[in-house]
Amino acid sequence: MSETIAAETAERPSSRLRALLLNRGAAMVYVLIVAVLLASISIDRFASPLTVGFLLLDVIPVLLIAMPMTLIIVSGEIDLSVASIVGLSSATLGVLWADGWSMPAAMAACVVVGVVAGAVNGFLIAIVGLPSLAVTIGTLALFRGLALVVIGDDAVADFPREYTRFAISKIGATGIPVVMLGVVAVVVLFGVVLHLTSFGRGLYALGHSREAARFVGIDVDRAKFWLYVAAGVVSAVVGIYWTLRYSSARSDNATGLELTVIAGVLLGGVSIFGGRGTVPGVVAAVLLIGTLNYGLRLDRVSDVVLIIVTGTLLIASVLGPRVGEAIGRVRHERRVRAALPAAGPPPQAPAEGAAPAISLESLHPSSDPAPGAANERKQR
Amino acid sequence: MSTATSPGATPPATVAPAARRESPLSRLLAVRELPVVVALVALVAVTTAVNPLFLSGQGVKDLLLNATIVMMLAVGQAMIIITRNVDLSIGSMLGLCAFGTGTMFAGDSGVPIAVVFVAMVALGGLLGAVNGMLVTVARVPALVITLGTLYVFRGINNLWAGGTQYFADDRPRAFGALSVDTVLGIPIITLVAVAVVAAVAVVMSRLRAGRDLYAIGSDPDAAAVFGIPVLRRVMAAFIANGMLVGLAGVLYASRFNSVGATTGTELELTVVAAVVVGGVAIFGGSGTVVGAAVGAFLLTTITSSLTALRIDKFWQQAVVGALIIAAIAIERIASLRAARKLREQSEREVLDV
Amino acid sequence: MDQGQAPPALSLRRAVKTFGPVVALADGSISLRAGEVHALVGENGAGKSTLVKVLAGLHQPDAGEFLIGGEPVHFRNVADSKAAGISVIYQEPTLFPDLTVAENIYVGRQPRNRFGLIRSSVMNADARQLFARLGVLVDPDRVAEGLSIADQQIIEIAKAISLDARVLVMDEPTAALSGVEVERLFAVARSLRDQGVAILFISHRFEEVFDLADRITVMRDGRYVSTHLTGDVTVDQIVREMVGRDIDQLFPKLDAEIGAVALRVEGLTRRGVFTDVSFEVRAGEILAFAGLVGAGRTEVARAVFGIDSYDAGTVEVAGHRLPPRKPAAAIDAGIGFVPEDRRKQGLVMDLSVARNATLTLRHALARLGIVSGARERAAAGEWTRRLQVTSGSLDRPVSTLSGGNQQKVVIAKWLATSPRVLFVDEPTRGIDVGTKSEVHRLLSELAQRGIAIVMISSELPEVLGMADRIVVMHEGRVTGRLTRAEATPELVMQAATATVEVAR
Repeated sequence: MSETIAAETAERPSSRLRALLLNRGAAMVYVLIVAVLLASISIDRFASPLTVGFLLLDVIPVLLIAMPMTLIIVSGEIDLSVASIVGLSSATLGVLWADGWSMPAAMAACVVVGVVAGAVNGFLIAIVGLPSLAVTIGTLALFRGLALVVIGDDAVADFPREYTRFAISKIGATGIPVVMLGVVAVVVLFGVVLHLTSFGRGLYALGHSREAARFVGIDVDRAKFWLYVAAGVVSAVVGIYWTLRYSSARSDNATGLELTVIAGVLLGGVSIFGGRGTVPGVVAAVLLIGTLNYGLRLDRVSDVVLIIVTGTLLIASVLGPRVGEAIGRVRHERRVRAALPAAGPPPQAPAEGAAPAISLESLHPSSDPAPGAANERKQR
Repeated sequence: MSTATSPGATPPATVAPAARRESPLSRLLAVRELPVVVALVALVAVTTAVNPLFLSGQGVKDLLLNATIVMMLAVGQAMIIITRNVDLSIGSMLGLCAFGTGTMFAGDSGVPIAVVFVAMVALGGLLGAVNGMLVTVARVPALVITLGTLYVFRGINNLWAGGTQYFADDRPRAFGALSVDTVLGIPIITLVAVAVVAAVAVVMSRLRAGRDLYAIGSDPDAAAVFGIPVLRRVMAAFIANGMLVGLAGVLYASRFNSVGATTGTELELTVVAAVVVGGVAIFGGSGTVVGAAVGAFLLTTITSSLTALRIDKFWQQAVVGALIIAAIAIERIASLRAARKLREQSEREVLDV
Repeated sequence: MDQGQAPPALSLRRAVKTFGPVVALADGSISLRAGEVHALVGENGAGKSTLVKVLAGLHQPDAGEFLIGGEPVHFRNVADSKAAGISVIYQEPTLFPDLTVAENIYVGRQPRNRFGLIRSSVMNADARQLFARLGVLVDPDRVAEGLSIADQQIIEIAKAISLDARVLVMDEPTAALSGVEVERLFAVARSLRDQGVAILFISHRFEEVFDLADRITVMRDGRYVSTHLTGDVTVDQIVREMVGRDIDQLFPKLDAEIGAVALRVEGLTRRGVFTDVSFEVRAGEILAFAGLVGAGRTEVARAVFGIDSYDAGTVEVAGHRLPPRKPAAAIDAGIGFVPEDRRKQGLVMDLSVARNATLTLRHALARLGIVSGARERAAAGEWTRRLQVTSGSLDRPVSTLSGGNQQKVVIAKWLATSPRVLFVDEPTRGIDVGTKSEVHRLLSELAQRGIAIVMISSELPEVLGMADRIVVMHEGRVTGRLTRAEATPELVMQAATATVEVAR
């Protein structure tokens, strides 16, 4: 009988804390803090209410949409059509307002549009079962196209002052936009759902293994459907915000936003394969990108560099863990090889009753002889 | 259940059941590219019926010109998607190469056109190699990597171009003429694109390197076991794609009247859509570059078609979107039906016992 | 083995393979002669598939002697094994669907002309020759997509021949084939045998073994038992060698009070998978579903639980009808399911032990919808302690646990729901003997507490040792019902192989 190799590590509360503080998402938070500090020190006028205000106003659309996007990617799917829903919502608002609708009614209509758009995505992906990458490329075009149909080449700009001013108004002298309160509420909501509810637990399981999720009674189709509806609703709300903030409803509003959102989500530690990621990490990553953008812009660094930096960060964020894994694997092999007993005579009959605490097998989970250990195809 | 045959007897030549059921017609109907070709033919037919000018000399020329760039990009992307990857940075790569073309011609530099072609194809290949290296060496999903390089390349393009734009009169007349002059009624750049499609199609169907890409997309682990150099092939696919994008960039600079920092933005999603519509499965392992080319042709023709049909041009993008979804749905239904037929076939045979 | 003859084509002696504490192969021995069909039989867990994997180069044996044609070999990977002339045909072959048949055969080594282009005419002609050698007619130019499993197997065999395979291993090849296709496969095998290939044929179907094989080797508990000439031995003898062992290695079953009917299934049918399956289980009872792999037992269980659908029949839990296709409803009614594949279905490998153990409780642990990590850990801690899961930190990913402990986590997560009925599918597969008996003791205790247990198992001693009643299935039908008192290994095996219908 092969000997047990490693000693057990007893359960330590500090190890739990360590895991919490060392994961990808937490790393983002640290980087964000560092970046903000650096920016405040080195860039003029960064640490001022004015800057904070504009920074947050810029970041709000990305931050809001990143929330449902995080849940969708954690569950193993993706949604590329969010920016088009923003555009569609904006176009709807413009047209209805120009048509004489009251603002509250027009805004409500936009939300309905978001629900319907999300439901279309959800239906095709969750119920019909089509691949989400391809479908949302299609709905990206479809919804953007509908925005064009709705508003055409026109831009509607004469929105009522109270609304446009509200969109950019700040809380007292802090410089923090009033709408941030709502944004924070949304972030907290999605964070709670993902991290603290049974639904969220189910999403993590689903992202890792659809089969295992079904076996614990998770209604996979229904979960995904509602996620897409949520994305639709949030995108529609962002459409309203965008329109009022820039005082302009156009069919091409927010073009390309989906890539920024996805970049932020991935940078925040969410795995593209699903099953991993945290809301705080995503929030930190989005704020980091926003800070970099704004800070460098203040420092008169051109937008160009910002784009390069965002892209590089994204690549680094996925390369980093790979490099870490490779190093870990090399060290692990060396450790195991050093600990293996020399090959001896064939083992005798197995000992009765003894359940070994930990074994070579547990260090090499991939050599488990259980059936079906072949690699799962990851679909995207 | 079974009766023993006498040992040593020559085995009966039995016909494989599947082969028996294959008639030429059913083989034709099973061709994956059929739906998109039919759609294209139907579209052109309907449009011409309503508006005969659609297929006039100039009309055909415009159709071909519009399709050229996307067709070439679709072919390259098809190769990548067949290996179960994706390259979202092609728009940025195109921008770089198009602007590079403009730069090389700028100020009546006198650089021979051929040199420009070679240089930009090389540039594209280099950019593709960057993607390929990150994907193969780092084993990171291509979706994420190329999203990152989309940004990085675009940033470099912005950095390089700044606010500069090159216009039609910044390039040699002969170069611009490539998009205007025709041979047998087909613009020269389109001929180039068609030649490229044909060449890649040959590689994908008749060269070991091409066939290996299908195996890799179907089952990368099995492909490795059978001795296929997976990493090398995938890298080659990314480089080839880059070169095609480079070439497309040059043709773009010939066809369009301005190139600058924003050239090529948003192209990647159109191209992926064209590829999917053309019958290439998003999960890899199946589809053809010819199908992707037809898909590209279909998507670009829709725009012209809707104009010719006097349909509000604002409907065009929406129609494109609906079409993409329809294409995916049809592909899915077709494969489900095939799987069910296979299951029913084997069930029936099980009951034969 | 006669001294004067040529060395056997393949000889494996006393091969050993362990995975940590699990001994998959204790004495793997087989000797194949060129030009013979050699059958390898044994129950599930006898070590056959591990032996095949050693031959294929997937596993390196920890000890033992491996000779090909008299020369010692040491395979580092599958490619080495193929190069040495060994080809394995599995139950579910995988061809590349978009490549043609000929391209699949020659994948990675297609013949080329001067310019590097593939010479498909040469390739197709070569393929046709191969098929002629095998005596079958398959169009080499057609795309592999849509071919039946039987055809795919033939193509895999053609591939093996083109690689000059001297040893062909067929691992349960007939499981997915119909009568006509089996005939064709056997004709091909005989033809190859006559051409000097050594064929290793693994199967549970005795009629096929006795029809095709020249010699039969029996394995049991990871060890070689015996080799016979087919003509010299009977089915009964083989069965006896396969199952004969000390049953008292298992923990004796505890007596439990049998109560009311907890689960009743009537006439359950799913076209093409299983037909007219009826059974009932009472509280405190252990009902074992015995049979060979592929008999349809897991499919029945999955249908009852709601993962798969069914076309006809009813399922009742404690008198209430259960709607089909709704696992959530089944769980609410009190059914738990410990699946066959714990890595893919029973656990979410990347999640922690705590999360896995409480996944079924995610609703129950929520106060006002909020699940707290602390309460999760408390629940997980309690259950893993009760089942004596040795795992150290509950936050470690469950993939770091041994197979036995992983299985305990799966059971723990279902026990936490206080089920009325518990399905366990192959509860001790891939688990070391020590933990096996723990799991058995656990199941016994659960029955004592009034849970109705439906245990699917392909391991006879487990079935005979644990069950109050046994239902035997064969190819989708119930072919035997036995009580504990009247069950013998032979009776169960006979019903499982449908040599005799044993109904009560």
